Amino acid sequence: MRYPFPVGKSDFIQGDEAVARAAILAGCRFYAGYPITPASEIFEAMALYMPLVDGVSIQMEDEIASIAAIIGASWAGAKAMTATSGPGFSLMQENLGYAIMTETPIVVVNMMRGGPSTGQPTFPAQGDIMQAIWGTHGDHMLIVLSPSTVQEAFDFTIRAFNLAEKYRTPVVLLGDAELAHMRERVYIPNPDEIEITYRKLPRNEEEAKLPFGDPHGDGVPPMPIFGKGYRTYVTGLTHDEHGRPRTVEPEVHQRLISRIFRKILDHRDEIISYETFELDDAEIAIISTGIVSRSAIRAVKILRERGVKAGLLKLHTIWPFDFEVIEELAERVRKIYVPEMNMGQLYHLVREGANGKADVELIAKIGGEVHTPMEIAERVVG
Amino acid sequence: MRKEVLFSGFGGQGVILASVILGRAAAVYEGLYAVQTQSYGPESRGGASKAEVVISDEPIDYPKALHPDYAAFFSQEAYSKYLYTVREGAKVIVESDLVPNRDFEFEKKLEVLALPLTRIAEETTGLSLTMNILTLGILTTWTGIVGREAMEKATVDAVPRGTEQINLRALRKGFELGEKARKGLL
Repeated sequence: MRYPFPVGKSDFIQGDEAVARAAILAGCRFYAGYPITPASEIFEAMALYMPLVDGVSIQMEDEIASIAAIIGASWAGAKAMTATSGPGFSLMQENLGYAIMTETPIVVVNMMRGGPSTGQPTFPAQGDIMQAIWGTHGDHMLIVLSPSTVQEAFDFTIRAFNLAEKYRTPVVLLGDAELAHMRERVYIPNPDEIEITYRKLPRNEEEAKLPFGDPHGDGVPPMPIFGKGYRTYVTGLTHDEHGRPRTVEPEVHQRLISRIFRKILDHRDEIISYETFELDDAEIAIISTGIVSRSAIRAVKILRERGVKAGLLKLHTIWPFDFEVIEELAERVRKIYVPEMNMGQLYHLVREGANGKADVELIAKIGGEVHTPMEIAERVVG
Repeated sequence: MRKEVLFSGFGGQGVILASVILGRAAAVYEGLYAVQTQSYGPESRGGASKAEVVISDEPIDYPKALHPDYAAFFSQEAYSKYLYTVREGAKVIVESDLVPNRDFEFEKKLEVLALPLTRIAEETTGLSLTMNILTLGILTTWTGIVGREAMEKATVDAVPRGTEQINLRALRKGFELGEKARKGLL
C-alpha cells in the first residue's frame, strides 16, 4: 500500500494534518464533514488523500448530516471520521447519542475554539470538555481523548480508532484551535510500526443474530456489516439483543444501557491513560489536559527551580475519568491546581475525585490565549 | 538551547510562510525540535499577522514565544505592538520603509538590523513578495539558528512549484546580507 504522504520519517505539520494522516494510517476510509475553523484543514487533507487510498471524502450540507453519514459508513463496514469545532459539535450531539445507542464505532474530532455560539473562530479554548462527555441527552457512555502536542494528536487519533473499533463506541478527540493550527515535528511511522484494531465481526449466524447482545461476555457484541448476508435492525429506540425496538420493558432498557456503560467501564484500565511529571515527591499537584499541559510542565520546572515541590498529572483520557487516581494523589499532596481554558470544567471532575482530601483550586483563563507558565507558577506561589 | 523567534507584519507579506520554513528547516533538516504557532484575524490580507517559532534540542513544553531571541518586524503596527516583548540583546530585523516611527532608546538594548527589505527583495528578484524569504536568509547567517543548507531545502519544500529559483535567489541575497551583518559590515 502506498500512502499519499511520507511514512517512516519525521515531518513538520499542523495538528489538523496529523489527525488526517493518522486517520488514514488507522484505516479510516470514509470522511464526511462541513468546513469550520479551526478544523477545516482536516477536511482539506482528507479531500486530498482519500481518493488516493480508495477512500471517500464528502462534504455534507451541515454537521448533522456529516455525523449521520459516518454512522452509515461505519455500518457499511468502513472506519469513519468527522471533524468540527464547537458550533458543529453542538449540532452533532443528537446523532452522537444515536451512535452510542446503536454502538457504532466512529471518531469525532472537535478542535475547540472560544464559545458559546460562533464565539472566537480562530482562538483556542477548552470550553467543550463537559459537552464532549455529557452533551447528548440520556444516560450514556463514550470515550474522550485529549492531545496536547502534534505528536499526541497523531498518536491519539490512531488510538481513537482502535478504541472505537474495539469497544464499538464513538470516540471524541478533543483538541483546540492552537493545536489544530500549530506546526510541530511529528514522527509519521511506517504502517508496520502501528498496532491497528478492527471491530469484531459475527463469526457465525448465531452471533449475527445478536448484534446487540453479549455473546463473548465482554459487553462488546460483534458488529455485522450491512449487505453482508444478515438482516440487521438498527434503531435509536431501546432495543433487545436482536436489535428489535422494545421500549416499554424497564429491564430491556436497563440491560442495554448498563452493558453500554459496562463495556467501557470494565476496561477502564486499558482506556484511561495519563502521564506524570515530577509527581513522585510533589507537595503541590497541577492537573491539566490538552494544550495547557505544556504550560503546566514549564510551570513545574519554574516552581522546582524556586524550591517548590510541584508536579503534574497530565490527563490523556478525560472520559471515562480516573477518579481513583485523583483521590490517591489528593491524599498525598497539599493542594491541587487545575489550569484550564474555560470558566471551570475539568476542575469539577478533579474536585469530585479529590473527595475533600486536598484543596482544589481552579486557574481559569478565557479569551483565546493559552496560560503562560508564569501565570500558573505565580498562582501556586501566591 | 531554547530559541524563540517572532515574525510579524500584515497579512500577505508571507509572515506565516517564513515561520513555517524556519520550523521545517530546524525540525526536518537539522533534527531539532521545533514548534510554529500563529495568530491572525479572519482577513486573509491586510490584517495584523504574527507567527512564532520555538526551536530547541530537547522536547518543547510551552510552545509560544515569551521573550523572543530573534524577531522580524514588517509593519509599524507589528513593531509598536511586539517590540517590547523581545529579550534584552535580541537580534531584531526591521523593514525600515514600513516602520517609520522607531523607539531608538529601546533599540539600544538590542542588536537591530534595519533595512528596506521589500525594496531589496524587489531589486534582487523583481518580486517584492520574496521579502519574507530574503529575511529568512538574513536570519540564517546573522544568527546561525539553522544552517544554510537546511534553510535552502526547507524553502524549496515550501514555496510554490516553479518559484524555487526565484526564492533561492532571494534567500541567498539574504545569506549575503546576514553574513555582512554578522561581521559588523552593515
